[in-house]
Amino acid sequence: MTNTQPKMMRLALGPLLYYWPRDDVLAFYEAVAQSPADIVYLGEAVCSRRHEVRLNDWLDIATALRDAGKEVVLSTQVLIESGADVTVLHKITANGQFMVEANDMGAVHCLEGKVPFVAGPHLNIYNVPTLQWMAALGIKRWVMPLEMGRDDLALLLAGCPPGVQTEVFAYGRMPLAFSARCFTARHRNLPKDDCQFSCIDYPDGLLMRTRESEEFLVLNGIQTQSARVHNLLPELPAMRDMGVDVVRISPQSRQTVRIVELFQAVIQGQMGVIEASTELAALMPEKACNGYWYGQPGLEQVAATPEQV
Amino acid sequence: MHRLKVVHNPTTMMNTILDNSLVPPLAAPVAASMELVCPAGSLPALKAAVDNGADCVYLGFRDATNARNFAGLNFDEAAIAAGIRYAHERGRKVFVALNTYPQAAKAELWQRAIDRAAHSGVDAVILADPGMMAYAVKHQPQLRLHLSVQGSATNYEALDFYYQHFGIARAVLPRVLSLTQVEQVLEKTPVEIEVFGFGSLCVMVEGRCALSSYVTGEAPNTNGVCSPPKAVRWVETPQGRESRLNGVLIDRYATGENAGYPTLCKGRFDVGDEHNYYAIEEPTSLNTLSLLPELMRIGVRAIKIEGRQRSPAYVAQVTKVWREAIDSCRANPQLYAAKPAWMSSLDKVAEGQQHTLGAYHRPWK
Repeated sequence: MTNTQPKMMRLALGPLLYYWPRDDVLAFYEAVAQSPADIVYLGEAVCSRRHEVRLNDWLDIATALRDAGKEVVLSTQVLIESGADVTVLHKITANGQFMVEANDMGAVHCLEGKVPFVAGPHLNIYNVPTLQWMAALGIKRWVMPLEMGRDDLALLLAGCPPGVQTEVFAYGRMPLAFSARCFTARHRNLPKDDCQFSCIDYPDGLLMRTRESEEFLVLNGIQTQSARVHNLLPELPAMRDMGVDVVRISPQSRQTVRIVELFQAVIQGQMGVIEASTELAALMPEKACNGYWYGQPGLEQVAATPEQV
Repeated sequence: MHRLKVVHNPTTMMNTILDNSLVPPLAAPVAASMELVCPAGSLPALKAAVDNGADCVYLGFRDATNARNFAGLNFDEAAIAAGIRYAHERGRKVFVALNTYPQAAKAELWQRAIDRAAHSGVDAVILADPGMMAYAVKHQPQLRLHLSVQGSATNYEALDFYYQHFGIARAVLPRVLSLTQVEQVLEKTPVEIEVFGFGSLCVMVEGRCALSSYVTGEAPNTNGVCSPPKAVRWVETPQGRESRLNGVLIDRYATGENAGYPTLCKGRFDVGDEHNYYAIEEPTSLNTLSLLPELMRIGVRAIKIEGRQRSPAYVAQVTKVWREAIDSCRANPQLYAAKPAWMSSLDKVAEGQQHTLGAYHRPWK
């Protein structure tokens, strides 16, 4: 029986998308080192102006986490605009020690044919021909686009070349859009070039409401996130059965390690989905959504199917 | 592989630009090579673009393979054949945009679209998806490939990626780079660069925005639409006229206020204690007429006009102004200035009746 069991899914902690004070970042990753996360993505993926933790610091954190037994991956910036951005990109892709998550095709170009890498969630791999073509460049793992649902994922899993792992963004406010403009600075009436690093005041981003006070989006510098928390914890058994290899949890300012533990408990069968979901709901900064998974608008929450409960 | 500049056929040009269009190319070799690329959502729009001086017209098929997948818009086989004939007889080019990402269950729809485009005799296809490019290189190797703005290539490494693998001839840059950054890219790439000159402004990096599917289930990457009309509801309330997208309140207008289309990033929202403001972007159009000499100087190969969803009258108006501006700038870049008459005629058709230099102008960011 055991050899017909699907393999155990692994847990990844996505890159920190917010701008936290340096000490908070260091304390966070000290806690992560003790957590059940198998894989940790590190680095500044959002804004090149953020400097509380610099590349050398990220490499120190990476070393410490690797020593703690984690698989460490360095994430590249999603929007690369300036020559300086490209220079940082080169440093990351040529780091020689840690695997890299490519978050734009420039990063892919720096990595292809040289070292195995992760194709990040913003590379727009929506179909089998593209996945197979990308796989030939040397990807070890690809991350499903946020917009993709389970039906399309099943098709991609069926066409996924052997040896290439599949990762799904399974918990957190979703990074839905990127811009040249900084919306946090705009809120403060500051130009981006003199933003006064305003993001540091919003450890979970800056909530944007509709005019009838519905929590809608979250401004995180040049990134726009969903206000609702994408939560696929109830789908963990389905994902395991489909053959998903890795599920990603996106860091938030509070209780991230506990969230990782809850996912781990469900994956290992130590806790039921209902029990874990009940505790998880209290840890979310906003109500949950899962619409994308069911092919619906992303902000919707589709009720659990009978076989899940 | 650069093709020679297409010489405008004077019989189809407006009188106002006849003189400038006859300036010998050798007078300003770099400037002379800038192409005006105009949108066509229909055959009448294509003819309007050609008649008013477009060098190239871009269009899409009537399905989800292109990023303006709106009801009543785009081309069937007969219209595309007629459009290509009309343009080619007048020495102009036609590009087909197949610039959404093939969805997993029906990737062959997109592949068939490449074959259709190749067989119809278009001058280039505008693609975003690497799988599509690989298919085109293998099955239609004679096709000229342009990287769509939906490909999100904002740096020379990304351009080099598509150039080395697929031999792309041209790339359309996302509307996120400053002029200096565009110049930095141009210095390091062999790929021709096309930039947006005018039209509704995406404030997000194209190809990196899922806001529309978050609210409505359909977005540019997946369905070729943003804030689709079928999700829009207008509601009259005691507080004013409301625009809703799949139920989400995007904006509310007081009596007498102009109500704009509820593109979700251009609504008014509350953030912190600041209420009812354009938290992301105002309804506005990009207009780079004043940057034309700089864009020519740094070697931008083509200017793209946005608006396949707009009317033939819009296409005619905008094409006419830009033809005149490009010819004026080409003839004498030192003396070039964007004429107030041009600006006001563009503002009349601009979203929100106002314009911005967008990311080209750093303080906008």
